[in-house]
Amino acid sequence: MEPIQEYEDENSLELPSEPMHLHMGPSHPAMHGTIRMVLELDGEIIRKVDVQPGYLHRGFEKSCERGTWSQVYPYTDRLNYCSPMLNNVGFSLAVEKLIGIEVPERCQIYRVILGELARVTDHLTCAGAMAMELGAFTPFLWIIKVRDWIWDILEIETGARMTHSFGRIGGMAKPPTEKLKELVRNVLPEIDKVLGEVNVTLLRNRIFMDRLQGVGVLSKEDALSLGVTGPMLRATGVDYDVRKATPYSGYETYDFEVPIGHVGDTYDRFMVRLEEVNQSCRILGQAIERLPDSGPINVDDPRVILPPKDEVYTTIEGTIAHFKLVMEGVKPPKGAIYSYTEGGNGELGFYIVSDGSGTPYRVRCRPPCFINLQSAGPMLVGDQVADIVPVFGSVNMIGGECDR
Amino acid sequence: MSKKVLDRLVGHFHERILETESFRGDDEARVAPADWVAVARFLRDDAECAMNQFIDITAVDYPEREQDAKPQPRFDVLLIVRSLVKKHRIRLKTRVGEGEELDTLFGVWSGANWTEREVYDMFGVRFRGHPDLRRILLYEEFVGHPLRKDYPINKTQPLVAYRDVPAAKLAPFGDDEGNPFGRIDWLARMSGRNLQVSPAIAVQQGQRPALSSASEDLAPPPPTAAAPTAPAAKD
Repeated sequence: MEPIQEYEDENSLELPSEPMHLHMGPSHPAMHGTIRMVLELDGEIIRKVDVQPGYLHRGFEKSCERGTWSQVYPYTDRLNYCSPMLNNVGFSLAVEKLIGIEVPERCQIYRVILGELARVTDHLTCAGAMAMELGAFTPFLWIIKVRDWIWDILEIETGARMTHSFGRIGGMAKPPTEKLKELVRNVLPEIDKVLGEVNVTLLRNRIFMDRLQGVGVLSKEDALSLGVTGPMLRATGVDYDVRKATPYSGYETYDFEVPIGHVGDTYDRFMVRLEEVNQSCRILGQAIERLPDSGPINVDDPRVILPPKDEVYTTIEGTIAHFKLVMEGVKPPKGAIYSYTEGGNGELGFYIVSDGSGTPYRVRCRPPCFINLQSAGPMLVGDQVADIVPVFGSVNMIGGECDR
Repeated sequence: MSKKVLDRLVGHFHERILETESFRGDDEARVAPADWVAVARFLRDDAECAMNQFIDITAVDYPEREQDAKPQPRFDVLLIVRSLVKKHRIRLKTRVGEGEELDTLFGVWSGANWTEREVYDMFGVRFRGHPDLRRILLYEEFVGHPLRKDYPINKTQPLVAYRDVPAAKLAPFGDDEGNPFGRIDWLARMSGRNLQVSPAIAVQQGQRPALSSASEDLAPPPPTAAAPTAPAAKD
């Protein structure tokens, strides 16, 4: 018998030479955040990426031009909702720079404590989500457990887990609670313990390492030219941290280090974030020791700070001051400044313009992850489709901040 | 600290630096739109400035400036850059009027790509030579530029019409791809009339309203000459 053999026409065996277009997102299970990527693929290799953000645009900057300066705080909470306290503090510092006031030392230390707690949650969220997207679900749960402990502390302090609206121009909404020191002291060793477990699980995992190392490499020059800041920039080997470069809130007095990477790949970004959690814990430990138990938390300036409630109810001066601050708002002098702090993802800048009235003329938020996200395109070209997930995870795009 | 940069700029460009200002430690220089790229390139390449770190590009709208005795262009476009080595910053500013174009800084710092797209999106300032000047946060069909002062904050936008994308771009996908408000009248589509999507668009384009006013379709059709009563009469 003859063997059954059918020879195909050779032409039909050719693979298609046209590049394939693939749309990833806007709602993709492996991408945290609503974003769309239009990819041009050559087999499995990415040849072109068009990243299309904007699905969470709510008009932050336009909304800010409607109310008073203090009414911006709830909007800032919803920028980077993984670390709202850093946004609160960043905006407070911007308006204070425009007015030309400086908050008391106790408030500065308090801001450092709350801000570093928020930074820990931000970095942990990013690291945990990255691990989860690569299939490591257990470390994600451990990390979320830690994040919840910190959110419990923030809830006790501010009354809200995420949207604190706790910053005020010239101070904070409330002085620190009596429990704060004890809570932070108790949680710090626990964070350390869990992070140790996470390190053992992930960083000795061959699969996890292979998915991160050498993937999504960003060079130092590209990163600077693109305006990338934060852990992403530090992973490329540039030691730019606003807390060190232009210290605010007394960061120059704390003993901490700025971790940097060597290669600028996804692994470096992951490791820089994990190490920054340790450094934040170091700052927390020092700040807790320094926090005075008593003392003013707000500046002594009736133009920006509401009078105490008993004065409002019993004296006419207090009532008038309260009324004017609530109805007309804080009135910064005419002018424009750019103030910047180290947010969770990088340089969180506020370019604010005042026309001398109680309403902001312009509030421009320089969103770190919007500008960081721009580098996702160059990073991904030449990598494979499967690399999008870890690379995009390491960019840590937060929709609220990116799209505003 | 970075007062030096302002001095250096004025020393090099003389009267082409129209204005300098230092307020609360921020240094700002204003240039004419024609000098925008030249000054930016100088900031990056000059050894004393060495502004190699891109920070931000944004804009501010001052519409009342057009009504001044000496009319000025309404938009301020701002560039913020930093030097990694010298650790100083500067803000560069220029004024652009309605409908005027500004040269892109994409060739100087590649980070200008998205930020300029955002300025275009929010203010309508166009950048000459930009490689990909599309809207970035809003969608193509958005009417107006929302961060202009004359854009009312409570303005509503029309629902988006069926997006007519070239078939090649969306080959593996269905027709509804890219249509966020897909109110498709399937009956109309099956009968070959690929028409209405949203009531607002339909009114604009003189089309029949879509599903949102489906009650019209449910109403009995008006009597016509070819009424079915005629055959009944024969029986």
